[in-house]
Amino acid sequence: MNIVIIDYGAGNIKSLQFAIERLGFNAILSSNEEEIKTADKVIFPGVGHADSAMKMLKETGLDKLIPTLKQPVLGICLGMQLLCNSSEEGNTKGLGVFNVDVKRFSSTLKVPQMGWNTISNLQTDLFKGISENEFMYLVHSYYVPICDETIAMTDYDGDYSSAFQKDNFYGVQFHPEKSSAAGEKILKNFLTI
Amino acid sequence: MLTKRIIPCLDIKNGRTVKGVNFVNLRDAGDPVELAKIYSETGADELVFLDISATEERRKTLANMVLQIAEAINIPFTVGGGISSVEDVAILLQNGADKVSINSSAVKSPQLINDLAAKFGSQCIVVAIDAKQIDGEWVVHLVGGKQPTTLNLFDWALEVEKRGAGEILFTSMDNDGTKDGFANEALKKLSETLNIPIIASGGAGTINHFMDTFKIGKADAALAASVFHFKEIEISELKKELKTQEIPVRL
Repeated sequence: MNIVIIDYGAGNIKSLQFAIERLGFNAILSSNEEEIKTADKVIFPGVGHADSAMKMLKETGLDKLIPTLKQPVLGICLGMQLLCNSSEEGNTKGLGVFNVDVKRFSSTLKVPQMGWNTISNLQTDLFKGISENEFMYLVHSYYVPICDETIAMTDYDGDYSSAFQKDNFYGVQFHPEKSSAAGEKILKNFLTI
Repeated sequence: MLTKRIIPCLDIKNGRTVKGVNFVNLRDAGDPVELAKIYSETGADELVFLDISATEERRKTLANMVLQIAEAINIPFTVGGGISSVEDVAILLQNGADKVSINSSAVKSPQLINDLAAKFGSQCIVVAIDAKQIDGEWVVHLVGGKQPTTLNLFDWALEVEKRGAGEILFTSMDNDGTKDGFANEALKKLSETLNIPIIASGGAGTINHFMDTFKIGKADAALAASVFHFKEIEISELKKELKTQEIPVRL
C-alpha cells in the first residue's frame, strides 16, 4: 500500500512515520502533486499555527489539491482543523471541506488542553474495535464544534468534535500515533479502510 | 474529562540513564529506550528525559537517543537539558520529541521562549522552573538549584506564560529529594494564577503525596523519578488509588 504523509513543513511527523512502521506499513513524506494524487491513503498532519500552516499550503498549491482528493484522507490535530471553513486562530480561512468553523477554548479553562481525555459516541469503521470512552492524547487550544459530520466527541467543559468524517475525508483532533495501543488501532483502521 | 498525568522522569548522561534505576526483568537498566518502553507499557502518561551530560558530542548523542525513543514508544515525551537555541529544538522535534523543556536558557534570554513558541507552537514548549524559599520568598534558581537569581517564582511564571510557554514544570528545591510531599501551597498559587498546565515536581514519596498535589496543589500533572525507578510506587497501583479518590486518571 502506498501511504503519503503530506509534507508542508508542519513540524513533527517522525512519530507518525514510526507508528505506521510499527503497524507494518511504510509511509513516504511528499509535497509532490502526482505522488499525493496516486497514493492509496493520504495523511494530513499538522502542528503549530493555523495561519502559518495555511500560508505554507498556499505557497505550494496544496490548498487547491487537498479538497479534490478522492482516496481516504486523514487530517490529524491541526490537519483536522484546516479541513474546516475557518479558524479563530489568526482568523484564517481553511480548506472548506467541512462546513464548520474552528473555535478557541474559553479562557476559563487551562489552554492548551494537554493530556489524555476520553472519546465517546463513536461512529464509523474508523473506531472498529475501540471501546466507548477510550483515552486519547490531545494537545490543542482550538476545537471543532459538534457538527453533522461528528463521529466522536470529547468533553472539555462541553462536548466538541474529536473526530469527523465526510465522504473520503476523516479528521481526528487527538494524536493516534501518541495514544498508546488504542491510538495505533485507530491508525490501523484508517489504513485498512 | 481531561485526566491528571503521571510522568516518570529519567536523567540521561551520554545517552544512558543515570542515578539508580532498579527494574526487574530489564536486560540493561541503563538503556533509556528499554526503560521508556517499560514505562509506556505500565501506565505512564508521558515521559521526561533530562540530559545532564556535558560532553561536546552531547547534542548528537541526545538527538540520536530521541530518534530511538520515538521509534520504540507510543506515548508523548519531553526532552530537556542544555537546550539553548531554535536549532537545538528543531533537531529534537524533527527526531520525534513531542515537547522540549528549557530552563536556564530561558532565564538568560527570555526572548527564546517567544522565538520557540512562534516557530514551533506553544504546545511543545515547556519551561522548567527550579525555585526555593529564601526568607519566605520563592526565588528562582539555576544550575540545579545552586545559583540563585533575582527572579520571583510567580512573576517569572507569569512572564513565561505571556511569552508563549505551553506548560510549566515547577520543581521545588526545598522538597526535591525529601520524599515529604510536593510544594502544594506554591503549586496551588501557580495553578490558580496561570492559564496553562502546571507539572508538579520534587518531593514525591508516597501515593498520598500525589493525591495531595492534585487535590490541594491543583497540579495538572505530577513528575517523579526515584519512587518509580526503585518500584517504591507502581504506576498502575498509584492510578488505581487516585481513581478511588475520584481524581480523574487514565486506567
